Amino acid sequence: MPLLDRNGAKTDDWTLSPDGAADAPRVLVAFDHVQNALAGNGRGRRIGVAIANTIKAEALAPFLTDLDLVSIAFPSYGDGRGFSIAKQLRHLGFKGTLRASGPLIADQFAYALACGFDEVELPEAQAARQPVDQWVRAAASISKTYQRGFGAQNILDARRAARLAGK
Amino acid sequence: MYRYDEFDARFVRERVAQFRDQVARRLDGALNEDEFKPLRLKNGVYLQLHAYMLRIAIPYGTLSSRQLRQLALIGEKYDRGYGHFTTRTNMQFNWPRLRDVPAILDLLADVEMHCIQTSGNCIRNVTADHFAGVAADEIEDPRPTAELIRQWSSLHPEFDYLPRKFKIAVTGSAQDRAVIKAHDIGLRILRNAKGEIGYEVMVGGGLGRTPMIAKTIRSFLPKDELLAYLESVLRVYNLEGRRDNKYKARVKILVHEIGAETFSRLVEEEYARLDGPSIVADPEEVARIAAYFASPHYEKLPARSAAFEKGKAKNRAFATWAAVNLFAHKIPGYAAATISLKAIGEAPGDVTCAQMRVLADLAQQYSFDELRITHAQNVVLPHVEQDDLLAIWQTLVEAGLATANAGLITDIIACPGLDYCSLATARSIPIAQALAHRFADQKRQLDIGELNVKISGCINACGHHHVGHIGILGLEKSGKESYQITLGGDATLNAAIGENLGPGLAAQDVPDAIERIVDVYLAHRQNGESFIESVRRLGLEPFKAVIQEKLHAPA
Amino acid sequence: MSVAKRPPLPVILLANDLLDGEVVFWTGKQWSPEPIEALIAHNETGASGLEAEAAKALAANRVVDAYLVDVSLDASGGAVPRHYREKIKTEGPSVRRDLGKQAGLFNIARNGN
Repeated sequence: MPLLDRNGAKTDDWTLSPDGAADAPRVLVAFDHVQNALAGNGRGRRIGVAIANTIKAEALAPFLTDLDLVSIAFPSYGDGRGFSIAKQLRHLGFKGTLRASGPLIADQFAYALACGFDEVELPEAQAARQPVDQWVRAAASISKTYQRGFGAQNILDARRAARLAGK
Repeated sequence: MYRYDEFDARFVRERVAQFRDQVARRLDGALNEDEFKPLRLKNGVYLQLHAYMLRIAIPYGTLSSRQLRQLALIGEKYDRGYGHFTTRTNMQFNWPRLRDVPAILDLLADVEMHCIQTSGNCIRNVTADHFAGVAADEIEDPRPTAELIRQWSSLHPEFDYLPRKFKIAVTGSAQDRAVIKAHDIGLRILRNAKGEIGYEVMVGGGLGRTPMIAKTIRSFLPKDELLAYLESVLRVYNLEGRRDNKYKARVKILVHEIGAETFSRLVEEEYARLDGPSIVADPEEVARIAAYFASPHYEKLPARSAAFEKGKAKNRAFATWAAVNLFAHKIPGYAAATISLKAIGEAPGDVTCAQMRVLADLAQQYSFDELRITHAQNVVLPHVEQDDLLAIWQTLVEAGLATANAGLITDIIACPGLDYCSLATARSIPIAQALAHRFADQKRQLDIGELNVKISGCINACGHHHVGHIGILGLEKSGKESYQITLGGDATLNAAIGENLGPGLAAQDVPDAIERIVDVYLAHRQNGESFIESVRRLGLEPFKAVIQEKLHAPA
Repeated sequence: MSVAKRPPLPVILLANDLLDGEVVFWTGKQWSPEPIEALIAHNETGASGLEAEAAKALAANRVVDAYLVDVSLDASGGAVPRHYREKIKTEGPSVRRDLGKQAGLFNIARNGN
């Protein structure tokens, strides 16, 4: 399925293997198999996990330092649970790649990035209707928003900086 | 009043450009209707029965003269010469074309207004006490808090795709005039034993299909922790709120199902995990916002205005209006004047563009350029000198705006109902009009005293019928409009949900039924008790009996 | 987007114009804001034809919220929706007879396209 990040289209070099059996450099496993995949990972593979948005962020806490990627499912663009899970995973210290997977729309890209996602994996039909340039443009449509802790560009910190500069 | 700085201005302009682009992408098919609908809703654009409808945010109900004049201009240029104030203190235009909406948004941005999040499954326009800064019992003006929340909740990356809509209201007084207990979050500003200012946080109120009164989950939240705490509440709701059933998706259902204690515990756990100081606004930012709401420069006036007293003595209609529509101001010699948008026979909350200009001029001349919109769909001139009241009233009379009924039985709240709304199951406005005509007699209204009638044209309860002393809910029954009457609702801190008096009535029977209910009250009231006090003492039975009698009377 | 389940015959097809919001009726050739021009389907074949038109117009991003409405016929053979909701939708607000189709006020050109 098509993949994109803040710079545009991207090749997906992960191999989906729910039970972790695949012999590939980057293997994306199901949540139920993440412990086994990490434990038996003597082959130098990188491991990622694909989770439903009903999985609690804390359930992944023991594995976060060993995981290279967490892919959070968006069953529909209207289901925003993934945004909170991403935020919590980043707060728990996850430094790897965060992927949003599902029929998101371009107008959600900025939100996804602000909540800590790095990339979005789209169904073919969605990607065909909403080409990559629309996503890149949509991500830049609002230059600064009001929330602190959602990326560097926020109005509250900009006001503070202006205040400190004696403006 | 709050004024945009360069950041606010840019934010709103970029939002307009974003919407213009979204409309273009809808037309070329990049966005299908299912995808576009939530995007247009988050910009206040509904598709109603006859046309699109545009809902414009009036944050915490505060408007300047310039802003109201701009609304009048938009109403004339792009709509049909009138607008409608809602129970969430927004303004709706009923006839805009989608192709014109980006241009309308630009006109709004010119006067520091927008339509952001006036609909959709996100945090909606924040409301507050319409007598903020006026009431003598105020602990702190709720508007700086509401403005802080408005900014924080605007395009919040994490909370724009919630399970369902989310409404926040703030009050800063002992009296609640913002119906905070019927909101997803109600905030009450208070002082703790040490004299520090903070918030009582109530969660899980709401009307609609399953009406609930909000429960307190934090009895005192220090003021400077607000945004981090709200973030915790919203995160718990975003993750745990039901998404399997639209009618069970509001936070009130979650709070009800897991219990307020468990909900509170989840919030506190999430709150403990957060790095609060990295989220909250710094004190300088809070102070910057608060400074915009500093008191206007009041004159030093005698408590009693000779001109006002003389005017009342000479003119009975003016005296009645003054007795009914004025609210005591904290500053001697001033008053807050409620301007009723409930003229007998008119649609509640509707205002013509010509009337908007009259109101804007009055505010500019007499009330420091400021107006308030109330959840009861009226307008307030918040700071007028009593010396000026007669002149103000005379202007209002000429504009058809001097109806003396604030808080009385003809000051009816009504949603637009099926005359406009595509969700409605029955009409609301004709019921309000019929009731207003029935009780038009001024003397009779004054004799009945305070009585809130609230009408909704469907179960979604935009007309707040659940918390009306008398509530009327329009439904469809066997292909006809049918109206259920509820009794005993209360929108104050004694919040209560009204109880149903029995089977629905045909539209033409509603005025008789209400009249019978009122007659029971008049016959039984003791020691000057109000309608709602009588209902509480008497219980439903005597009222039910007269409704049943009516239903079973021979045709 | 699918069309709602079919109401009893006879039926007409209405929708809202995507760009202008106006309630429009399928005349057999085009979408018109005039209810009097609505094509009336008296049988199942006709109703299926209207449903096909609805699907086509939705897919073409021309209209939204297209569905069939059951009607009765007035003395001159014109279609009048049976349900009060659809009647208000084809006329305009009952409390403002000076607005909407009933007053000849349209948000869209009256000659259809």
